[in-house]
Amino acid sequence: MTSLKEIIDTLSLETVVSVSAEGRSVMGGYASDLLSCAMKGAKKDYVWVTLQSHLNVVAVASLLNLVGVIITEGNRPDPETVARAEKEGVLLMITPKTTFTVVGELTSLGVRAETQDPGRW
Amino acid sequence: MIPPLILRQAKRMGLSLIAVTDHNACHNAEAVIQASAGSGIHVLPGMELQSKEEVHLLCLFDTVRQCRDWQEEVLKRLPPLLNKEAAFGTQFVVDSTGEWVRTEERFLAGAADIGIEEAVAMVHSLGGVVIPAHVDRPSFSLLSNLGMVPDSLKVRALEVTPLFVPDVGFEKWPQLKTWCLIVNGDAHRLQEIQNRTLFKIAAPLVQEIDLALSGEQGRQVVVTWPEIH
Repeated sequence: MTSLKEIIDTLSLETVVSVSAEGRSVMGGYASDLLSCAMKGAKKDYVWVTLQSHLNVVAVASLLNLVGVIITEGNRPDPETVARAEKEGVLLMITPKTTFTVVGELTSLGVRAETQDPGRW
Repeated sequence: MIPPLILRQAKRMGLSLIAVTDHNACHNAEAVIQASAGSGIHVLPGMELQSKEEVHLLCLFDTVRQCRDWQEEVLKRLPPLLNKEAAFGTQFVVDSTGEWVRTEERFLAGAADIGIEEAVAMVHSLGGVVIPAHVDRPSFSLLSNLGMVPDSLKVRALEVTPLFVPDVGFEKWPQLKTWCLIVNGDAHRLQEIQNRTLFKIAAPLVQEIDLALSGEQGRQVVVTWPEIH
């Protein structure tokens, strides 16, 4: 179990919403740019790594009660998406790094995922 | 897929309205429009845009000019690369008889840096209509890439593939029950051209199609669905 605060500090992530990361723990990680896959593979209190910055990212994160979303490769959500994230209490973090790099760093910090294949729908 | 053969096959299939929607490109639409003179088939110029989210959107226009204006916007937002023919195929531009005119060298196969909502607004402002393409496909579709149809998307209908069976599809994506769905061939080969969607409209115009997709003013869309096996 890794604290979200530690992840934000170590990976130098920029938070784009005022949702607090204090006292929140990350139970696992998931990475995909297909939201339909994220809806299957990401779990409650996971951190999701994606380069998508569309409004639906907030909807999926909220639906699954994710601890936060790391948006990679410098993609920046538009104001409407940020406003929705504030409203839904979804912590959006951005970074210029690639998903590959971010996942590597998360793994180094001890973030793990379920080893089970999420399967097909 | 050269203009005279497209039209011959469309006629065989009993179609009176088709659209030419190449990937991020409208280069060949005018040739098909010219070839259609006297054929009884109306051809709409268009494009299948690949958005920033890698979602495919059908963009339909009334005139080649509108479509060219859209093309210019899209070219500005495509990666500034040259096509690699060995990997992505040759991008031919042909005339109305199918003769080679030139080969487009700009890389068209990728995604334009235009978000789906922005694309809809831009196409609307040029007088066109947007229909998200093959939403039930496991790749390059609204439902696979973005998980659900966002409320923020101002479109009137969604396109499903010829393989879509309503009862099965609605179980997988209950959200689709509330949508106007249309079926097109998304034909990359002549034999893939379909005749499954009937537009009850007064003229083959984008505005009329828009009314039919909303079921307004007596305009309608009637889709022939496959029998359940």
